[in-house]
Order: sequence, then structure tokens, then C-alpha cells
Amino acid sequence: MTRRLRDVPGYLFLGIFTIFSLLPLYFMAVSATNTSQDVLASRLIPGGEFFNNVAKLFSSQDVGAAMLSSFLIAAGTTVLALIVCSIAGYGFEVYHSRGKDIMMGVLLLAIMIPFAATMIPLFQVFAKLGLVNSLFAVIIPAISTPLLILLFRQSSRAFPSEILEAARVDGLNEVSIFARIYVPTMRATFAAAGVITFMTAWNNYLWPRVILIKNEVQTMPMLIVNLSAGYVTDYGVLMLAVLLASLPTVIVFLLLQRSFAEGITGAIK
Amino acid sequence: MTALTATPEKASGERGKKSPRRDDRKWLGTDRRHNLTGWAFLLPAAILILLVSFVPMIQAFFLSLQTGRGTRLDWADPLWYNYTRLMGDEIFKQTLGKTFIYLIIQVPIMLMMALILANVLNNPRLKWKAFWRTAIFLPAAVSLVAYSLVFRTMFANDGFVNDFLAGFGVAPVNWLGDPTTAKAVLIVGLLWRWTGFNMIFFLAGLQNIDRSTIEAARMDGANGFQVFWRVTVPQLRPIILLTAIMSTNGTLQLFDESWALTRGGPAYATMSMSHYLYEVSFQRNPNFGYGAALAYVILILVAILAFIQLKVGDKRD
Repeated sequence: MTRRLRDVPGYLFLGIFTIFSLLPLYFMAVSATNTSQDVLASRLIPGGEFFNNVAKLFSSQDVGAAMLSSFLIAAGTTVLALIVCSIAGYGFEVYHSRGKDIMMGVLLLAIMIPFAATMIPLFQVFAKLGLVNSLFAVIIPAISTPLLILLFRQSSRAFPSEILEAARVDGLNEVSIFARIYVPTMRATFAAAGVITFMTAWNNYLWPRVILIKNEVQTMPMLIVNLSAGYVTDYGVLMLAVLLASLPTVIVFLLLQRSFAEGITGAIK
Repeated sequence: MTALTATPEKASGERGKKSPRRDDRKWLGTDRRHNLTGWAFLLPAAILILLVSFVPMIQAFFLSLQTGRGTRLDWADPLWYNYTRLMGDEIFKQTLGKTFIYLIIQVPIMLMMALILANVLNNPRLKWKAFWRTAIFLPAAVSLVAYSLVFRTMFANDGFVNDFLAGFGVAPVNWLGDPTTAKAVLIVGLLWRWTGFNMIFFLAGLQNIDRSTIEAARMDGANGFQVFWRVTVPQLRPIILLTAIMSTNGTLQLFDESWALTRGGPAYATMSMSHYLYEVSFQRNPNFGYGAALAYVILILVAILAFIQLKVGDKRD
């Protein structure tokens, strides 16, 4: 009984924080089904305006194009980042040498470089290459990140060297060992890295805003900011757009969250 | 490849410590080859980081010594002109001060709450663990501008928060119109978005802690707080360090919330350094040179704070 009592403050703290966490999300979802007036009147029950809001949103903004751009950016970045950073993390750990340790230290320093410090020269370079308004310009700077390489390197420590030796004895070459043995074994790490990269790429706002100048080329985060920038904001429509911009990352997280937690735990060991 | 085995001294220097046999000539060849394979594996990542981080960082430094509008840039006279101008820039000083307020208030509260939440969630008797964890992490899946707009709507003059407070007889507050409350809203937003994210790291760290150390402390009569503070927290030090550096980094680079939640206002009261940098570089009269100087100040601050944190965090007592 005393043990149960001791847990009460814990449950209380969790409960309060959970309400704090879920309330704005609930507010967002429920407001997407209400009129602007109802949103401001703090109506917290679902209304019947959902399809009206959808019609209004899709007639005023090219949501399909923004969704597609965001999806291409997020998916492209995730695939490329997983390939580039996983082979790097694997290379650093499995073919461990002094030179590579020094190299890793240098790459880690890049964590300290704020994006703001590289943004202007990057813009100039991409402008010279004629890549302004191109999705490639959004993807390229996000492919290789020190944190992701670190995640893969730390997790690779758990990859047993006996398997590696056995595969070599069996005559597998180094690339097949990576592709056929390492990748399937490290599924959780790939899931964690994938979730983080997809979310970051989908949600990124500053760099796409700088490099995508043309009004027709925009991502979902850019679209919702534009929606809110007018003199009259329809809050029901705005919350619907915010909901649509948030759903993909939320779904990706919910689908992969078990492996995500496992992957992070494996990296922190 | 056999030619490489001809210089055993050099090859042995390159070998990883995992090599089992030192004097077998055939193994030296394979080792050398593996070493090269390793370099090939990490080359794409290294080249990309060089091209999108280190090279632009150096370019930004040279840019910070130039002045002019748009693409017509010339060397400044004196070279450090942009930096002296920055020292006298009242708006810059304001944004710098604001950033430190966010840093000093928000980061410690957030990390403390994340630690406590993780500690509560790590209790083996706790029920509905997956639900709590998912609910508290969920804000971290939402984009920064998206949640900023939700908070902007909730904290509007005639919005949800004022309606809620009216239920308790509190007069409506002009949350985003007052410098102090606008900062408070921004801090609450940051806490909402990032606490769960940091909690996941602490949870992962707690799972790797040997539970017997906690049980032993309990047996010795330590109470819950003592166990948390003297047994759990010290073992989590590397992760606390990691999250502290990431959060400091993020706060110094704060942009989206300042842009979409408070729009820097009222006046410049909540504007972050990166927001001001964007304004200087890409809006009104774009001035890349001045923007680059501002960026270098942020870079140096990030480096200094990370260095201090590493020094403090590495100390063993």
C-alpha cells in the first residue's frame, strides 16, 4: 500500500504533462472541423465544418503541390541520408583506425556550426549553380549530418565482429557484408535514423524559405505560414492546414516508434 | 594489392587494433585493403559535410569582411567594419539578450522536467507506459511553424487561453502584445515542443543503467529524491551533457518560433538572433556581409558555450 502511495506524485506529474502535451494537438484537430468564429469561441467539440474547410483550403492554396514537394524532399533526404550516413558510421567503427578517429573528431565539429553561419554562402553557391527553386537545393545540405553518422557509429559497436569474420571466410565481399548482413541486423537503428531525418526534413522551414523563392514552389510549412500571414485569417482553415502539415510526421513516428526507441537506446549504450 | 604488403612497417602502423595476427603477410594485405574500404565508405559523408558546412563557414568569414547591397560586394574599410557596426547595433544587442533569456530560463527547466518524466516512466511498477511515452513525445513530431501557429491561435486576444482564464474570473491578457508575456508564451511553446524529445534520450540512458545501483541505494535507506539526485543523475551525466549541448545549440539558432509564433514582436521584443540575421540578409535591403558577421557571432557563441559545457560536464567529483 505504501508503495502504491509513493507512485501517486509520479502519476500526477505524468497526467498533468500529458494533458499539456495533448491539449494543443487536440485543439488543432478539433478546430479543423469548426468555423473560424467557433475556433475563437474555444469550441472544443468536433463540428460539421470539416468539408467546408477542406473546400476553402484547396481552392485558395495548391495543397497538392506543397504536399508533393514536402514529400519528395522528406523521402529523398531520408533515403540519401540513410545510405550516406550508415556506410560512414559503419566505416568508422568496423574499419576502425587512428586516421578515421581523427576524421570523425573533425566531422563532429560541424555540429557546432550553426546553420545561420553557412546559409548565405550556401545560397550564393546554389544560385550560381542555377538551383534556386529546385528541390535538390533543399535536399543536398541535409544528407550528411554528424549526428546521424554518430548514431550509426555508436550503434555499430553492438554489431558482432564474429559475424563479420565468418562472412569474410564465406567469401562475401565487403559491400555485400554491409548490405546483406549489417543492414538487416541494424533495422532498429535505421528506423530511428529514418524517423529523425524524415521529421527534420519535412518540418524544416528556414532553408526552404530561403532557397525556394518562386511562389509556386513551396513546402507544407511554407504554405501554412503564408495562410496565416493575410489580414484576415480563417482559423478553421488554418488549423486544417496545420493538421495536414503535421499528419505525415506524426504517422511516421507512430508506425515506427517501437524501433525508434530501440534504436536510440542502442546508440546511447 | 600484393605490392602493398612489401612495406610491412608502414602497413602495420595503419592496421586497426582488431587485427589478430601481426606477422602474417597475407593478413597485412587484407588489412590494408579493409582500411581503404573503410575510407571509401566514409568518403561521401565526409565530402558532403566539407562542402555544405566547412567551406561555407570559411566563405562566410570572408563575406563578413565585405559590405554592399545584394551581389555588389566590396571589401570593407576597415575590414572589421561589420563587426564594429554590430557592437553599436541596438537591435542586435536586444536579440542577443533575448536569446540568453530563453537559454537561461528555458533549457534548465526543460531538461529538469525531461529528467523527472523519464525517471517516473522508468519505474517498473508504472502502468500504461507506452501511452504516457507516446503522448509526451508526440509534440516533437509536429513542425515548429505548425505548432507556432497553433499556439498563436490559442494565445490570441480572443483565443482559447483567455477564454479558459475567464472561467476563473481572470481578465483577458494581451499575450502576444506585451513584451514579457510574449516571451513567456514563446518559452512555454519551446517547453511543449522539446521536453518529450529530450525525455526519450534520458529514457534510453536510464535503460542502460544497472538497476541494482538504485536498489542498493534504497536498501541503504536513501529516499526517492536522494536516489534520483545522487545515483541516477550522475550516471546520466554524458546524456545530460549531450542534451544540454543540443538544446543550447538549438536555442542560439532559434528561428521558426520567433518567426511564426510571435513574429519577433511586439516591436523587436521576442526576435531571435537568427530571425534578425534573416531580416538583415534577405529582407528589405539584403546585406550579406553584415548578415555573415552576425552569423559569425552566433558561431563563436555556440563554440564557447559548448566548450564550457564540455569542461563542466567532464569534471569528475
